[in-house]
Amino acid sequence: MRIDGKGLIDRTKPVRFRFDGKDYAGYKGDTLASALLANDVRLVGRSFKYHRPRGVLTAGSEEPNALVEVIGPKNQTPNVRATVQEVFEGLETRSQNRLGSLRFDLLAVNDLLWPFLGAGFYYKTFMWPRAFWEGLYEPLIRRAAGLGSLSGRHDEGTYEKAFAFCDVLVIGSGPAGLMAALTAGRAGADVILCEESHAFGGRILSDGGTIGGMPAGEWLAQVLAELEALPNVRLMLRTTVTGAYDHGTYGALERVGLHKPARPNLSRECFWRIVAKHAVLAAGALERPVAFPDNDRPGIMLASAVRTYLNRYGVSLGKRVTLFANTDQARAVARELMAAGVTVAAIIDPRPDAFSVEDCPVHVGGEVIGTRGRLGLTGITVRKGAETFEIETDCLAMSGGWNPTLHLTCHMNGRPRWDEDLAAFVPMEGAVPGLVAVGAANGSMSTHGALVTGHAAAVQAVQALGRKAPDLPLPEAEDRPYVLKALWAVEGKGRAWLDFANDVTTKDVKLAAQEGFRSVEHMKRYTTQGMAPDQGKNSNVAALAVLADATGRGIPETGTTTFRPPYTPVSIAAMGAGGRAEGFAPQRFLTSDQASRDRGAPMIEAGLWYRPSYFPKPGETTWREACDREVRMVREAVGVADVSTLGKIDIQGKDAGRFLDFVYTNTFSTLPVGRVRYGLMLREDGHVLDDGTSARLGEDHYLMTTTTAAAGLVMRHLDFVHQAFCADWQVRFISVTESWAQFAVAGPKARALVQSFLEETVDLPFMGVAPVRVGGVKGRLFRISFSGEEGYELAVPTRYGEALFRDLVARAETMGGGPYGMEALNVLRIEKGFITHAEIHGRVTAHDIGMEKMVSAKKDCIGKAAAQRPGLWGPEREQLVGLKASAPISAGAHLFVPGMEIHRETDQGYVTSVCWSPTLGAWLALAFLKDGRNRHGEKIRLVDHLRGIDVICEVCDPVFHDPAGEKLRA
Amino acid sequence: MRLRCPLCGERDRREFYYYGAEDYLHRPAADAALAEWDAYLHLRDNPAGVTRDLWYHEAGCSQWLLVTRNTVTHEISGVELVAERKA
Repeated sequence: MRIDGKGLIDRTKPVRFRFDGKDYAGYKGDTLASALLANDVRLVGRSFKYHRPRGVLTAGSEEPNALVEVIGPKNQTPNVRATVQEVFEGLETRSQNRLGSLRFDLLAVNDLLWPFLGAGFYYKTFMWPRAFWEGLYEPLIRRAAGLGSLSGRHDEGTYEKAFAFCDVLVIGSGPAGLMAALTAGRAGADVILCEESHAFGGRILSDGGTIGGMPAGEWLAQVLAELEALPNVRLMLRTTVTGAYDHGTYGALERVGLHKPARPNLSRECFWRIVAKHAVLAAGALERPVAFPDNDRPGIMLASAVRTYLNRYGVSLGKRVTLFANTDQARAVARELMAAGVTVAAIIDPRPDAFSVEDCPVHVGGEVIGTRGRLGLTGITVRKGAETFEIETDCLAMSGGWNPTLHLTCHMNGRPRWDEDLAAFVPMEGAVPGLVAVGAANGSMSTHGALVTGHAAAVQAVQALGRKAPDLPLPEAEDRPYVLKALWAVEGKGRAWLDFANDVTTKDVKLAAQEGFRSVEHMKRYTTQGMAPDQGKNSNVAALAVLADATGRGIPETGTTTFRPPYTPVSIAAMGAGGRAEGFAPQRFLTSDQASRDRGAPMIEAGLWYRPSYFPKPGETTWREACDREVRMVREAVGVADVSTLGKIDIQGKDAGRFLDFVYTNTFSTLPVGRVRYGLMLREDGHVLDDGTSARLGEDHYLMTTTTAAAGLVMRHLDFVHQAFCADWQVRFISVTESWAQFAVAGPKARALVQSFLEETVDLPFMGVAPVRVGGVKGRLFRISFSGEEGYELAVPTRYGEALFRDLVARAETMGGGPYGMEALNVLRIEKGFITHAEIHGRVTAHDIGMEKMVSAKKDCIGKAAAQRPGLWGPEREQLVGLKASAPISAGAHLFVPGMEIHRETDQGYVTSVCWSPTLGAWLALAFLKDGRNRHGEKIRLVDHLRGIDVICEVCDPVFHDPAGEKLRA
Repeated sequence: MRLRCPLCGERDRREFYYYGAEDYLHRPAADAALAEWDAYLHLRDNPAGVTRDLWYHEAGCSQWLLVTRNTVTHEISGVELVAERKA
């Protein structure tokens, strides 16, 4: 119920939202949890295993119970914490993990079966019969497992990722964080202040109090106003720092638009990578529950959360509140409730020496040993000494003390230290280089302690940055000692919950210890303690205290499990922002792209490039018809293809030829100016890296061509060889792939077509290169061929590419020619026995492809020594051959001797490229066959089990078309 | 992870391509024994502690870097250009 006059919500701005199909009203500034509680909705979820009715436990991101589905127009988000989700007009939410309605969950039968469902019951129960696992057990468990559900559709919402840099990153905006940000900000440092919640202030918003002689809220407003005015301070609201990584890098998730109705271009979330020279962890502390019997009913809540709902949201959870707490600090909530007109039925304080005078009954030395109420709390049972009695209450606020929020300090393998006085783990200093924990996160529990340590950490950081610390007086604030008597669990009849989300009770932890899972890491995995969405934030410390007790060891010896990033769940969509569908990889387009699409060419991906597959003509119904026509067109007239995707590397300098001799197996320093040579490049381990042609454009000037696939790889390789082995040579190189548009013109009429573009008459020999002028533009003409026909490649600066392509194609068509695509290009090169990366796939040597003679004996080159190792050459190797067949065959098929058994040991080789050759009227393949060069003329059996192909082929030379090369040199 | 490129300054590791141990820099002579080539190509230490390895500033200046770092603490104690390395 809402309390008049309390809270920081904007009562002038009512908001309507829905939960489980019912309409509710809240105010701007409410979370879904506070708004539901204001509407007296206490039951908000079902527990994971037993499907127990559950209510809100906390007021922050550590919430284990109040997990809901948020349903948006384009996405459905499960496991959203109602304590974090802000309400907005039209917010649609739904409870989860139930069969039937939230009030009558059919799976609640599990709760009656609890004696059989203890820790490890999966492992014990689903062992036999073995055959039941796949058909019965697994589907059943999968149905029951998990919490929320997904829509099954793509999440089409917008997400972002971003980098930020700063001198000082302050994590948390309570008194400690504000003081740190103010100190660093006034010193002129570049500051980022991240706050997880939707308002700055941390516990100031919940606890009030006075700072610097004024109400804490006023101090907060003053500090915020100053920080906002400082140009060197960035304030980031709704941003959770989720992980600490190497070298001052922090991950952070910002909820950009989750608190507003969805609209186009409004990001849902942004995943930040923040690089900070210094970081101040001012994340505060998390209050911990007490494990007493039936402590999980809706209406039982952490005392600090009750205080937050009262002071920040103006909501009381009940009309008759009780408090069960073991610190003086927790009493404040009872006093504030009474001041707000809410009845406090009793305070139960387990400390025998606790202060007993309040405006309500105080049971010093008492403990809560039981609770009542099926869907919400109606009463509790208290034991005090020998007597037990009942108290009627609809809200029990509990506190077992506080755990510093030290998770980030453990993200780089740091282990926390046990502090006996606080009965809590505190951060180990220096666990994350550059990060200092302050305030409650470091065990300084008073407001004064927060201000002092926040200020000190910022002074240390700004001084390390070489700046002068500002003269900033410390405001006065509360500095009461934090004294508690550790209370982890209360013995009694019934189950006492530790991990609310995963339904782990004190009995489960004791059972684990009894069954030998005494190590905290083993206990965690056996019981699933701490493995729920809250990752044990509410329960880990208490669970290991129970384990320590059960095994007779102390807490420090028992140790903790490891805190790993992220601190709170991060959606994959945010981490992969922009990477879905077309955003997965960059797209590279040719200058001829539009011209090709205009002609109806389907595009095919080649690495990042998009290339035309074929150019369909009216009447053609399959790609094969188009492909066959384009092949015949090149063989009989002339074809034009865009080959700009090949890598082009411009190499210059006195030692350029020497350098090429070192990276290629063959010699380039002897190549005459104006000539082109085919080159083979090896990896240092002796296998083929890439092949291509290099042209000598001038005495000290070469242009290297790489395959499309290996362009980046070759560039990286050249840089390595140069910088590692011959940095002092006079050679420099740069990629010019994108500077030139280059078109292959091939066929008997190629020379006539090319000549029609040139201002001068060019008579190039095969493997020649010359500078030319094309329509007044400086270009280059190469006489090279990848088709086996007389072929040229005409290159012009990229900006003229499209115009040249359109003109080339138009003129080709007047000569009975036209454009050809990747399919025809592939057929042409297979017919001619030219290899691509289908053949040089990383496991073949120069010997395997019949090019061992290209490895010069006169000089060293990369890969030469290793290529001569035994096993990399000889008849045992699978060698490149051609295959000819009269029935369809497939790449990927394996080769066997006809009549022999078909299995792995009798495998003779495999097929790498296949096509139907319209030129030869047969199916052709390039393949690798053991001792293949000595087996030309043999019959071999080609088997492809995947496609059901089994064909006898003839082994032959890989060059099927024009073996003498007469057409090339025509 | 951040690497301080001697030419470009401190950059995120996403700009770099990782190759392997610095052993690749110590190329045997062309006529060296087979065992020496085998060691060069295949045998690597896997130290818990200081190691030196090769990174390529692929999305930056195209320089190969020799990085000295600690595999236990993740501390990076030195970055130098392969082309200008001392030893």
